[in-house]
Amino acid sequence: MKSDHLAGGGPAIETAGLVKTFGDNRAVDGVDLRIERGTVYGLLGPNGAGKTTTVRMLATLLRPDGGEAHVFGHDVVREADAVRSRVSLTGQYASVDEDLTGTENLVLLARLTGHSKKASYERAAQLLAAFGLSEAAGRQVKHYSGGMRRRIDIAASILNTPDLLFLDEPTTGLDPRSRNQVWEIVRAVVAQGTTVLLTTQYLDEADQLASRIAVIDKGKVIAEGTKGELKASVGAGAVHVRLRDADQRPDAELLLRQALDADVQLEPDPVALTARVGSNGDANGVGPSEKASRALAELARAGIIVDNFSLGQPSLDEVFLALTGSPTDHDRTTDEAQTKEATA
Amino acid sequence: MSTATQTTESTELAPVRTESLAELLVARERPPRPNALQTSLTFGWRAMLKIKHVPEQLFDVTAFPIMMILMYTYLFGGALAGSPSEYIQYLLPGILVMSVSMITMYTGLAINIDIEKGVFDRFRSLPIWRPSTMVGYLLGDALRYTLASIVMLTVGLIMGFRPDGGFPGVVAGVVLLIVFCFAFSWVWTMVGLLMRTEKGVMSVSMMVLFPLTFLSDIFVEPETMPGWLQAFVNNNPITHVASAVRDLMGGSWPTEEIAWTLGWSAVFVAVLGPVTMRLYNRK
Repeated sequence: MKSDHLAGGGPAIETAGLVKTFGDNRAVDGVDLRIERGTVYGLLGPNGAGKTTTVRMLATLLRPDGGEAHVFGHDVVREADAVRSRVSLTGQYASVDEDLTGTENLVLLARLTGHSKKASYERAAQLLAAFGLSEAAGRQVKHYSGGMRRRIDIAASILNTPDLLFLDEPTTGLDPRSRNQVWEIVRAVVAQGTTVLLTTQYLDEADQLASRIAVIDKGKVIAEGTKGELKASVGAGAVHVRLRDADQRPDAELLLRQALDADVQLEPDPVALTARVGSNGDANGVGPSEKASRALAELARAGIIVDNFSLGQPSLDEVFLALTGSPTDHDRTTDEAQTKEATA
Repeated sequence: MSTATQTTESTELAPVRTESLAELLVARERPPRPNALQTSLTFGWRAMLKIKHVPEQLFDVTAFPIMMILMYTYLFGGALAGSPSEYIQYLLPGILVMSVSMITMYTGLAINIDIEKGVFDRFRSLPIWRPSTMVGYLLGDALRYTLASIVMLTVGLIMGFRPDGGFPGVVAGVVLLIVFCFAFSWVWTMVGLLMRTEKGVMSVSMMVLFPLTFLSDIFVEPETMPGWLQAFVNNNPITHVASAVRDLMGGSWPTEEIAWTLGWSAVFVAVLGPVTMRLYNRK
């Protein structure tokens, strides 16, 4: 086997017209992806969009029904073994043996990848220490908390420093703190040159970690690009203003509309207003932030007291809404809904 | 998550040390790829660990066989052979074959349960000799078969079983039985991969095992049966194994029956091994 992980050239993942059907359901319906080495690529979509199925095909666990996929230039069907030696997968559920202890799980995988007994135990101990699991090393994984399971799972995935790591919804079901810790781990892994394909239904997660994002819905990629590009495609940033005095809102609305040359929305909160501004500069080269600061000055001059002011890019939530025409339904992000996609 | 009920949530989880993590990740060189034997033995080690952590599962290979001997010896002994101690001389090798053959179905259950969990995906995405996962299960099971055999023979000896073949004959019989069961288990690796649920595996196993073990020469001589049944019984692999084990323990060398047993074993591995691997790769 070639050890060309550092040899440049060629993307980490390249797919063309990838298709997978389950009965009548076209779970993945012609997906084209190109993922450069050393980057974090986010596959963003709601439950059942085809994210997991795509990842499983790329990780050689499922055979595509159509199209092609290459991982580091190796065909995922014909050269599955070459692909397997370069990738690692962390699924939605802990891909570790719950009956075994943390140490045993890691030693098992180290042994299966050819490490000597001694080296396996050393590696396991080092990983457990780095992941803050030394204390739980001798406990069966079934007694681990959700956050600990995620950690041991990721530890198992990076045991041999894969060139490509698939993280399938790595923080689903975790509390915010554990979530942040998983993000930190992912950043550390990427810093060492590993390419990461991350699937997520959390928009902020993709925003935090990924440099490029593909939005996937009903088995198709409906948008692709850098975060900035995706946001720009929606075409607007938002200026949020909170006034001290609700009585001044009509005046403020008028002023803002003139200064920003944009629609102004009155929020349910009687002192709040939101205005959309183009994210690119206008014909005179005046950018949105400059426009916004001018508008702010106008308000001050008119004696309107602004308590709070912010200028933001549109959130990925807004991007998603604009692309799919339907909001991401956060109520669906339950375990039941997840199970459906996992078993599909 | 169903398993979440048992978690011991540690109030303050130690932080992740990203610096030491980074150091660990720098080492990119991989050791040479392990061979088929190494990976199979490693999976066998996993099976041993599972027995160590969940010793309750040994109940199936200890209590169940003891129950079988006691039940059948005292139930049929008087009627079929004059007395239980007469009957056990004939029955014990057969009931040993029956019990251990029945235990083989737990292989299918274990595989089916593993598939439900994510760990199977992890194994399947490793660059290793593909059948080693399955072989590992079977190696662990071979240990259980050995254990069951020892338990049953001990109980048998206490109850008055006196094999003419002595220690060598008994060991030869057990070895042949374990070889057969190792091969026969590929039926269950296949079923374990094929069925959607544990329950499905269980019912298919019973449908196969009951007729196969009862319609044999384990309890009575086939000569007492109607002709059509004799035809089945005499060609049942379990009959060949039981006859071979009985003769070995009885001190003779049943070349023909041994050949039949090994022949059937070869067929099981040669036919069901590839079918299992096909299912495994498709799963």
